[in-house]
Amino acid sequence: MDYQQLRTFADSWGLLSMVLFLVGVVGWTFRPGSRKAQDDARMIPFRDDEAEQ
Amino acid sequence: MIFENHGKVERNVTILAVLTLIVVMIGGLVQMVPLFFLENTIEKVEGVRPYTPLELAGRNIYIREGCYTCHSQMIRPFRDEAERYGHYSLAAESMYDHPFQWGSKRTGPDLARVGGRYSDEWHVQHLMAPTKVVPESIMPSYAFLKTRDLDMRDAAAHLKANRAVGVPYTDAHIENALKDLKAQADPMGDPSELESRYPRVQVRDFDGNPDRLTEMDALVAYLQMLGTLVDFDSYVPAENRR
Amino acid sequence: MASRAKRRKHARIYRANSYFRTGANVMTAFFSAGAYLVFGIMSLFMIATATSAGFAIHGVIILIACILAALTTLGRVKPTERDGWVVPEKTDGGYYDGVIKAGVIATVFWGIAGLLVGVVIAAQLAWPVLNLGLEWTSFGRLRPLHTSAVIFAFGGNALIATSFWVVQRTCRTQLFAPGLSWFVFWGYQLFIVLAATGYLLGITQSKEYAEPEWYVDLWLTIVWVAYFLVYVGTIVKRREPHIYVANWFYLAFIITIAMLHIVNNLAVPAGFGPKSYIVWSGVQDALTQWWYGHNAVGFFLTAGFLGMMYYFVPKQAGKPVYSYRLSIVHFWSLIFLYIWAGPHHLHFTALPDWAQTLGMVFSVMLWMPSWGGMINGLMTLDGAWDKIRTDPIIRMFVAALAFYGMATFEGPVMSIRSVNGLSHYTDWTIGHVHSGALGWNGMITFACVYFLTPRLFGAERMYSLRMINWHFWLAMGGIVLYAASMWVAGIMQGLMWREFNAEGYLVYSFAEVVAAMHPYYIIRWLGGVLYLVGALLMAWNVWMTAKGRLRDEAPLDAGQPYNPSADRPLEPRPAGALAQPAE
Repeated sequence: MDYQQLRTFADSWGLLSMVLFLVGVVGWTFRPGSRKAQDDARMIPFRDDEAEQ
Repeated sequence: MIFENHGKVERNVTILAVLTLIVVMIGGLVQMVPLFFLENTIEKVEGVRPYTPLELAGRNIYIREGCYTCHSQMIRPFRDEAERYGHYSLAAESMYDHPFQWGSKRTGPDLARVGGRYSDEWHVQHLMAPTKVVPESIMPSYAFLKTRDLDMRDAAAHLKANRAVGVPYTDAHIENALKDLKAQADPMGDPSELESRYPRVQVRDFDGNPDRLTEMDALVAYLQMLGTLVDFDSYVPAENRR
Repeated sequence: MASRAKRRKHARIYRANSYFRTGANVMTAFFSAGAYLVFGIMSLFMIATATSAGFAIHGVIILIACILAALTTLGRVKPTERDGWVVPEKTDGGYYDGVIKAGVIATVFWGIAGLLVGVVIAAQLAWPVLNLGLEWTSFGRLRPLHTSAVIFAFGGNALIATSFWVVQRTCRTQLFAPGLSWFVFWGYQLFIVLAATGYLLGITQSKEYAEPEWYVDLWLTIVWVAYFLVYVGTIVKRREPHIYVANWFYLAFIITIAMLHIVNNLAVPAGFGPKSYIVWSGVQDALTQWWYGHNAVGFFLTAGFLGMMYYFVPKQAGKPVYSYRLSIVHFWSLIFLYIWAGPHHLHFTALPDWAQTLGMVFSVMLWMPSWGGMINGLMTLDGAWDKIRTDPIIRMFVAALAFYGMATFEGPVMSIRSVNGLSHYTDWTIGHVHSGALGWNGMITFACVYFLTPRLFGAERMYSLRMINWHFWLAMGGIVLYAASMWVAGIMQGLMWREFNAEGYLVYSFAEVVAAMHPYYIIRWLGGVLYLVGALLMAWNVWMTAKGRLRDEAPLDAGQPYNPSADRPLEPRPAGALAQPAE
């Protein structure tokens, strides 16, 4: 694989897959119905024994 | 699909770790791999040669003392830098540098082309007591270099290690490492063999004391060759430099 | 409080009942002692063949470390009447905090050491006579000592200690392999000692923030693998199904630093001696180095410390993180973008233009996730803003996030080629680094130390809250002096270097620019002194807290105590309503 092929790949499929990955992450994070899981996860630090004090 | 998968990511440390590794590898791969194939980064420029054993020893002293923390060796293509330091640095000029010494800070001036700019005597005086030569200087004194004999025991080992990482030292270079090292600082000897192996090598006693081969000899030999291998005469305006 | 006392009592009861595990632990102890023996023999070989004093001294240090480690390991094997030879269990089954306690102490110790060396080298730049004319005390050797001490010794110990605390609490499980965690701790201290003594003795690779030579690098690799195992092992045995986001950041930090460390330090030693030659050369080495260097900032000093932020800020504020969604987007975008930004350290150099441009573009984009993270941290305090007035620890967290925001705005600006043309090689860069390091990393670490110390030593609170307040303002004053003087110095330097007169000659010689820096170097030194004094107060405060003392002092909120009912969160309201008065 020479440099040209690498560049071509990087700025086409490579770029596209990166963008899709990010869109996927954002989409998943903001999907409807995730609210419950998110609210649950953000309380994790308060769930250990320390929380009772 | 994607939505459910990310749920797994948050619950499986292996997937999380592997995905993280992939994501952080991409940038490095795309930026770094091409440098090993690109024309202008691996181009050879006339005159650039591997360091002589004495220059290499001097370079190692430069590294040991942390000179790179205050001096750069990379001239940028700006008018003021061209005036002050000379022609901008070429990639090929550091092709045998393991590691590179471009630096990141100019508490002191750039040294990429300091070679031949000052006399050996100036360098020795400056390294021993910087303010005697440059009153404004805040550089530490390196007087101890003048009294310390250069450790020459593994001259060949250093060349061998360099060859292992890609510097084109030949068997002849390695066999004669110690001899070449001594020959470069010996103005009385016959430098023809040394010159045949290392074109444009500067042969003389560098520290002003021909009886001893000191660390000062090595460091000054290194400083005096910096930026001198490529012929830039037609580019560098001689006057007007400060 | 009662619960903690109860837990400690349980621990004592467990220990009194000889909660032993036999067999495997004894084998492990002997195996480890054998490994130390092998390392000890290697160190003897180092001493015997050394051609330089530095290598021999390193051999002696390693030998002493091996002997101590082997004796400690074997010393834990005890004979019992009932079970024969056994190794008493280190823990009672609860959270394992012994190593964290050591980590906090080490953080404070190395913090003072690193800052002290920083103050010394700042003074050397103002008054060069302080180089003392000795090779071991010259600026060139002390500067790597300063950077490594503050980044890797102070920051690294803070990261290891807090990560062990956070991973146990957020996974609600005990640390995996507590014995191995001690190896991580002491192994890391050995790495620091070898690196630090190496610099003083002139053993360096000259790669910034990666100066230790090949054998020290190999040792760090071993320690880092152990760290990874302890950390991931704890996550694997968690009792909480979801992996809390703080752990993602810590994990990314551990993995990426391993990758960077190995690739950047690949080297071939010249014979069996301290000196080695990096496999990369010239341009390739420059890019590899700054890929490493910038991501040491990105993953050591940012991702790891964001792990701290996502746990300790919510804990201290008593409120969950502002937006968990934002934290996930923050994570993926930050780790993806950061890794590309390295080439902005090489603008206008012999590095190809396309790589410089790529570095610049990604650096500017990096602004977004950075500020996303900052907003997420700051907004966690929504509804607890008044605590900034009454709780100096919260105030430190807020200041840390503010400086994080400032440094991550300044960074992208400086990565723009035309700005970089002026700022590169000048003290502006030094100022930028320090507003990040002193403001973000320092402040958040201090806050975490203040959070952890009373909890680790079973105290009700820190010895003195007023001292924390003093520490805060000393540090703040120090940063202001530092950053302001370096901005002025850096921009002035850059402008003086490029100043031409009407005849087309350079106006200033280099030496004249050096002389012009003098007053700013003194101001910077003063800033460093203030910051160091603040850290000394912290050390005193931690020491007294560990001794179980409480200073008799008026509360910080005297007169106007914290009133939660008056501290209301911002409520979402239609845009039109904003114009009307809130009441």
